[in-house]
Amino acid sequence: MAEITLQDIAHSYNPEAADKTYALNRFDMKWVDGGRYAILGPSGCGKTTMLNIMSGIVRPSEGRLLFDGVDVTDHTTAKRNIAQVFQFPVIYGTMTVQDNLAFPLVCRGYDKAFIKAKVAEVSEALNLEGLLTQSANKLTADQKQLISLGRGLVRDNVAAVLMDEPLTVIDPDLKFRLRRKLKEINQKYRSTLIYVTHDQNEAMTFAENIIVMDNGSIVQAGTPSELFDRPKTTFVGYFIGAPAMNLFACSAVNNTTISFGGAEIVTDTNLEAVASKNLKLGIRSEYIKLVTAASENTVSAKVQRVEDLGSHKLVTADFESQSIKIKVKREQEVPAENVFLKIPAQHCCVYENEHLI
Amino acid sequence: MSLKVSNLSMKFKDEFHLNDVSFEMSKGKIYTIIGRTLSGKTTLLKTIAGLTNPDSGEMSLDGVDFGAVPVWKRQVAMVYQQFINYPHLSVFENVAFPLKQRKMPRPEIDTRVRQALEQVGLQGFETRKIQALSGGQQQRVALARSLVKEANILLLDEPLVNLDYKLREQLREEFKNIFSAKASENAILIYSTTDPVEAMQLGGEIIVMDEGRILQQASAQEIYENPKTTKVAQITNDPAMNLFEGEVVDSTLVLTSSIHLDLPPHLAALTCGKYTFGIRASGITLDSDGFEFQIELAEISGSETFLHLQHAQMHVVGLLDSVQNFDIGQTVTAGIDSKSLYAFDKSENLVASPYGGTK
Repeated sequence: MAEITLQDIAHSYNPEAADKTYALNRFDMKWVDGGRYAILGPSGCGKTTMLNIMSGIVRPSEGRLLFDGVDVTDHTTAKRNIAQVFQFPVIYGTMTVQDNLAFPLVCRGYDKAFIKAKVAEVSEALNLEGLLTQSANKLTADQKQLISLGRGLVRDNVAAVLMDEPLTVIDPDLKFRLRRKLKEINQKYRSTLIYVTHDQNEAMTFAENIIVMDNGSIVQAGTPSELFDRPKTTFVGYFIGAPAMNLFACSAVNNTTISFGGAEIVTDTNLEAVASKNLKLGIRSEYIKLVTAASENTVSAKVQRVEDLGSHKLVTADFESQSIKIKVKREQEVPAENVFLKIPAQHCCVYENEHLI
Repeated sequence: MSLKVSNLSMKFKDEFHLNDVSFEMSKGKIYTIIGRTLSGKTTLLKTIAGLTNPDSGEMSLDGVDFGAVPVWKRQVAMVYQQFINYPHLSVFENVAFPLKQRKMPRPEIDTRVRQALEQVGLQGFETRKIQALSGGQQQRVALARSLVKEANILLLDEPLVNLDYKLREQLREEFKNIFSAKASENAILIYSTTDPVEAMQLGGEIIVMDEGRILQQASAQEIYENPKTTKVAQITNDPAMNLFEGEVVDSTLVLTSSIHLDLPPHLAALTCGKYTFGIRASGITLDSDGFEFQIELAEISGSETFLHLQHAQMHVVGLLDSVQNFDIGQTVTAGIDSKSLYAFDKSENLVASPYGGTK
């Protein structure tokens, strides 16, 4: 496995044009050896372009790519020794599980004893031992994806495992299983895993570090809890978390207090330097408490709708024509109409021109 | 109006796509069919639409044999997983298509199409070409076309599955309002999905399918509180409900050689013997008075952490109300909230639930 450095990388699909446009704006990035990363963003944000640059499918129009300090920008995919897992399982349906796993080694001319040992090791790690003699066609979607992954892992010195939405075709309750397996593999082999997805839930549960992208740029890189608690922009606040972060236009009253919808809310943010009129309060629905009486940092609201999400209820309440969402436990009683919402100061994120202060 | 389906079966080689499926659906309601991939959801919808014929069984709409109605006469509209539109036609022409087929006068087509486009939030897109639209917009067009037909049965086959996560969340909320409006026009709405949260959020009646068979039909709340079998409990929860073997010995619940719990009141009526017990992740959390577990994995989700825990032969997923990091292999003490336990008998049928019922 290797440390991967992207140096001043930028990519344009029309680099010769006078009005050239960038699918990926210039950035620097280092992927630590053995790290577990997710690249997260909506369709068209540039995440697959970034992955393709690392795998060698796309040559970046600007910048350099280094594996352990060696410039591989002009190396072919084969020479980079990268394992890839795609959205849909890529397996040889007519072969047995064993032959599928052995295939990359057979092609490279390894001897039989070595291949046997390697296949045994990887199939054990992936819990495929019992299926080795079965035809790959007969497997469930998640087992097929494990074979795609296993074919990458049998090779020695794989620089990184790159995955593009690998759980798309997997049913929800099996996703959980596969994710767990991927993490175990990461621990066992200390392999650098890079995972591309549009699903914030998958990114959060899978990665140690998440790179959030929008419009060809990296908008924030951080741990799942950093992205959840302190999203750097309103876009990240919207994109991470289900439901999205509640966002309201507000104005500064003094150095720590903001006013919105007729209420004054004390925050932990220093608002001294605020110059713009474009000010927003961001608050996660998980951090708002329903209380029965007004006190500091409460707003009065009317309950519009309560949705049963299983272990949680999602409450939609209105105040001063703005709508706010609150997530509470299933057991909690929700008043039929009037309610006070407690907004904790330490969970308030204040945004100036869509950027966190 | 009601749609009644009796004993529908369909076999392909040795595999049942539909296995003795019976249910009744009434107008003005939303029904969600939940099941894993290949559980028979699409086959069932296609059978209702008349796109495929069952080997046996009957369907009736308001008492009239529905199976005998030719496809083109069925007042049914269907929206698919894939964004199916006519690529050479504009947005307006795509939505107008079924009305033109019926030779409806132009002014009426105009009014209806504009109304439908407004409903799905595509006003102003009339002259756009389909290829110039995003996936979400294409699915809006398909939905508008199904609405404009004024069908009395609207079938939606995992319509959001091929869209971005965030867009799915947004459309789910928007579509829910459209569906409620549509259902209130005395239509029957049938929505299929693999996603438990989606099924819960649509809030209608849920039909759980597995291997071509209906396992349970009940309100979302009832399915949550009283899943009839272990399979239902797994399919309708994300993460799937934890299931483990255990034994009732007098007034004690023996889960492993060292995990013994006092029998909670709702399980007091169980006779001594072996059962499968079920508990949601939220019923297992860190507790200094609990039992020793090894962390197999910790996963952060928003403001919570899912803990994959192991104790002897028991593997469970627990939930922590905060974000915390753990090392794999670390030992923690976790409690099992016995008040939240479900009990299933040898045949995997529910015999006791924390919500009291085995209706």
